[in-house]
Amino acid sequence: MTDVKTIEIQVLRYRPEQENEPVWQSYSVPYTEDMSVLQGLQHIKDDIDGTLSFRWSCRMAICGSCGMMVNGKPHLSCQTFLRDLLPGPVRIEALAHFPIERDLVVSVDKFVEKLESIKPYIIPKEARELAQGEYLQTPAQLEQFEQFASCINCMLCYSACPQFGLDPDFIGPGVLALLHRYNADSRDGGSKERMEIINAQEGVWSCTAVGYCSEVCPKHVDPANAVNQNKMNSAKDYFLRFLSPKGAAK
Amino acid sequence: MSSNTSARRPYVRSMRGWWRRDRFFMVYMARELTAFAVLLYSVVLMVGVVRLSQGEAAWNGWLAALRSPWSVLVHLVFLLSMAVHAKSWFEIMPKTMPAMFIGGKRVAALTITRAGWAVTVLASIALLALACWGQS
Repeated sequence: MTDVKTIEIQVLRYRPEQENEPVWQSYSVPYTEDMSVLQGLQHIKDDIDGTLSFRWSCRMAICGSCGMMVNGKPHLSCQTFLRDLLPGPVRIEALAHFPIERDLVVSVDKFVEKLESIKPYIIPKEARELAQGEYLQTPAQLEQFEQFASCINCMLCYSACPQFGLDPDFIGPGVLALLHRYNADSRDGGSKERMEIINAQEGVWSCTAVGYCSEVCPKHVDPANAVNQNKMNSAKDYFLRFLSPKGAAK
Repeated sequence: MSSNTSARRPYVRSMRGWWRRDRFFMVYMARELTAFAVLLYSVVLMVGVVRLSQGEAAWNGWLAALRSPWSVLVHLVFLLSMAVHAKSWFEIMPKTMPAMFIGGKRVAALTITRAGWAVTVLASIALLALACWGQS
């Protein structure tokens, strides 16, 4: 048997009932080649310190629960491997730009409110009877929104967005990408209802095209593209109202 | 549970010095900073246009000012800043436009970035050629 290899994992702890501000705590964790950062944290919780709090669920980059800052960059901890972070120490912190609720758990209340506000569902262009059959789509029409439909709401893009950090009211990359996902869907007729959100100060115009959101996205959604396409849509909406006063959104 | 009995006390981290936190942010800030060089250079050119409208002596004075060592140095800084600015914008360019399709296939981001550079190089050569032709 070989010696057990260990790696140092430093976690930014915050327990509101005992600390006024977060503090770093260090753990020595035995690891194997196939261990993810999430498994490292699970080892800490199971065998070293049961008070450590963090979110996780699927362990395979589908659920979007386990996002955190790993060595200062936003990652899903389930698909980030300890072997790639040798020799350590590995520094783990709650997702940047979000208020810390406890340890690695952030407040998502505002994110969920924003998500609801964009009506993230298809608002049919025309009411159809069941007998009329399904809505058909060509591959080209699918391609217009497919990548944006891959979002898993992991919020890594928010941690990569300094504009969101500076102004937490900014709708932000992920939700705007989902907004675009529905607007760009040929079956959807709700883009007028969503225009007010796009046009607002907290809408697309808060984006300064940093572009890091698209770099960190684990699903290649490219939210920066969705946001910036909608700057064009917003500008068109603004100028076209002078041509057709009745046709434009508020 | 009403809010006054909640044990929640969310901690908001400071954004101070955020742009030093990640190399990506520093590159972004370089783009924002070099925009000022682009602005200043356009002011220099505008001054040239104004001096041209004021007659030959004014115009020659402006040309002479451009040849001073300080001016050459500043223009080198402008050129470098412009290159950094252009590089950064061409990298972000594919993210700012709707998906393009040629022959049913989506144009890759790298192709769009390279097309930007190709146009820049061609335009620069054309401008230099025009300037040289004007000299002769």
